[in-house]
Amino acid sequence: MSKLTRAEVEKVAALARLGLTSDEVEKLQGDLNLILEQWARLAEVDTSSVPASAQTIVQPMLLRDDTPRPSLSVDEALQNAPSRSGDFVRVQAILSEEADG
Amino acid sequence: MSADLRRATATQLRAGYRSGEFTSVEVVETLLAAIAREDAALGAWLHLRGDEVRREAAAADVTYAATRTAGAAALNALPPLLGVPVALKDLVNMIGTPTTAGSKILEGYISPYDATIAAKLKAAGALILGKTNMDEFAMGSSTEFSAYRRTVNPWDRERVPGGSSGGSASAVAALHAPLSIGSDTGGSIRQPASLTGITGMKPTYGRVSRYGIVAFASSLDQIGPFARSAQDAALLLHTIAGSDPRDATSSATPVDAALLKLPQGDQAASALKGKRFALPKEYFVAGMEPGVEAAVRAAVAALQSAGAVIDEVSLPTTEHALATYYIVAPAEASANLARYDGIRYGASKHGGGDLLDGYLATRGRGFGPEVRRRIMLGTYALSAGFYDAYYLKAQKVRTLIARDFDRIWAAGYDAIVAPASPSVAWKFGAKMSDPVAMYLADACTIPTNMAGLPGLSTPCGLSEGLPVGLQLIGAPWSEAGLLSIAAGYEALSANAPWRDQDPTDLAALGGAA
Repeated sequence: MSKLTRAEVEKVAALARLGLTSDEVEKLQGDLNLILEQWARLAEVDTSSVPASAQTIVQPMLLRDDTPRPSLSVDEALQNAPSRSGDFVRVQAILSEEADG
Repeated sequence: MSADLRRATATQLRAGYRSGEFTSVEVVETLLAAIAREDAALGAWLHLRGDEVRREAAAADVTYAATRTAGAAALNALPPLLGVPVALKDLVNMIGTPTTAGSKILEGYISPYDATIAAKLKAAGALILGKTNMDEFAMGSSTEFSAYRRTVNPWDRERVPGGSSGGSASAVAALHAPLSIGSDTGGSIRQPASLTGITGMKPTYGRVSRYGIVAFASSLDQIGPFARSAQDAALLLHTIAGSDPRDATSSATPVDAALLKLPQGDQAASALKGKRFALPKEYFVAGMEPGVEAAVRAAVAALQSAGAVIDEVSLPTTEHALATYYIVAPAEASANLARYDGIRYGASKHGGGDLLDGYLATRGRGFGPEVRRRIMLGTYALSAGFYDAYYLKAQKVRTLIARDFDRIWAAGYDAIVAPASPSVAWKFGAKMSDPVAMYLADACTIPTNMAGLPGLSTPCGLSEGLPVGLQLIGAPWSEAGLLSIAAGYEALSANAPWRDQDPTDLAALGGAA
């Protein structure tokens, strides 16, 4: 089992949108490699003829009528928004001016 | 009088309210006074609804007084938990209360709606006393990963209460509430119940609605009760269980009415005669504390003396359950926690930079160390090139774990009997620098979650003065059966010296000696 390199840890952190300090990356590299040693033991289990289970208590598929029901008001839905503008959540600009066109 | 009100079970409170022996206001004032005196040291609570609960208790007392004159039938028709205080783990949304899941990333979040179980508890007349401390996003086994405060074990202030539902467990063990709600993804109800000497149950996957519950690992999470008796746990489970159109994973299987008619006393003990219990040898793992093993084996011997048949069995995939869990749970968590982006709610560090900078800063600073670790593990397990080796492999081993249990039920066993935790409560910090050691604390509870089965922990004695829990695991939907067995064991051990002992550090929590 190969060990995770620092660059790989940084790549996973970027995928997960976690901004980490250099010390945090180093600590996580050590922790993750310890845990991957545990994961590697699963390779010992013969699963060649075993189906995968996403869950083990199987429920019938539930369907419901597609009809509107009472829901949160706009004010309730927005009460926790960090930044609000009228009936909208305000976010950072997604496109810069140079990128336009 | 007030000491008795602190110790009263929900069942006793209900009877006292109906007869007029005492009032809900007296109970609430007694509990709030105890919390005010002791919680600075205990650390179980994150939010209290003191004034609201006082008003609700007064209204419940008016209803009881008015109904008492109308006779027994009218009293029996009242909501089942009217005037009974209940604590919620701080991942249950309830309108107008802060819900943090123990995380700074939800600091200041106020729930705009009720979780289905909060609505059911209100409809049943329960008084929601407040919200309890927990490991951040329920990731942890000691409650030390709360971003807010330390919760201590009322049996020893130097020791953890277990986790992740440590606040709900300590609150009930310290006689701050007769009932509380927890969540159990890998043992987060049963393990703290074991470590604090109370009863805690993880129901079958799908038994209780999760609408309005902060999600951790959606194929594993289940909500369940903490109480100081099997009968009380059954009463609370009956209140919160059932299908919910807002949670497609909740089951249409009818809620078992037997939960409200659990056998008691001699009847419960004699019902153990002829029961068949499986004792899995793999649960007595290397590293298990001898005192824990001795207490559990003594409890099993007591069941045998009462006429139960005990067979040693093998669940060979047990040793692989931990690694399977630590792939599946982080993978699902990394997806569930993608929603915390600082845009729609919660803490936000979106400032001068671009959108990506805002995500990185919000999530990098908002999540604590264990949550970051799990998100990293899960993101890695699901990333391109590794999915088959890890996530898919774990899903296949999960099938084998479920088959191990299926063989036990096919052989006609009523329940599996096992330890709930390999150790008693440990000292603060003992496992904080070693994530694998912390993960091993759940070795006895994780297989149940992987198979979706119900399980409970019931107190079975002390080791070195600290509580030990006996775990009972059952076939799907066998909650009433498991709780009946627990009630039988309670009756068998009713005269044991540890049974009526208060937690050893309870008096000291209030500054008394």
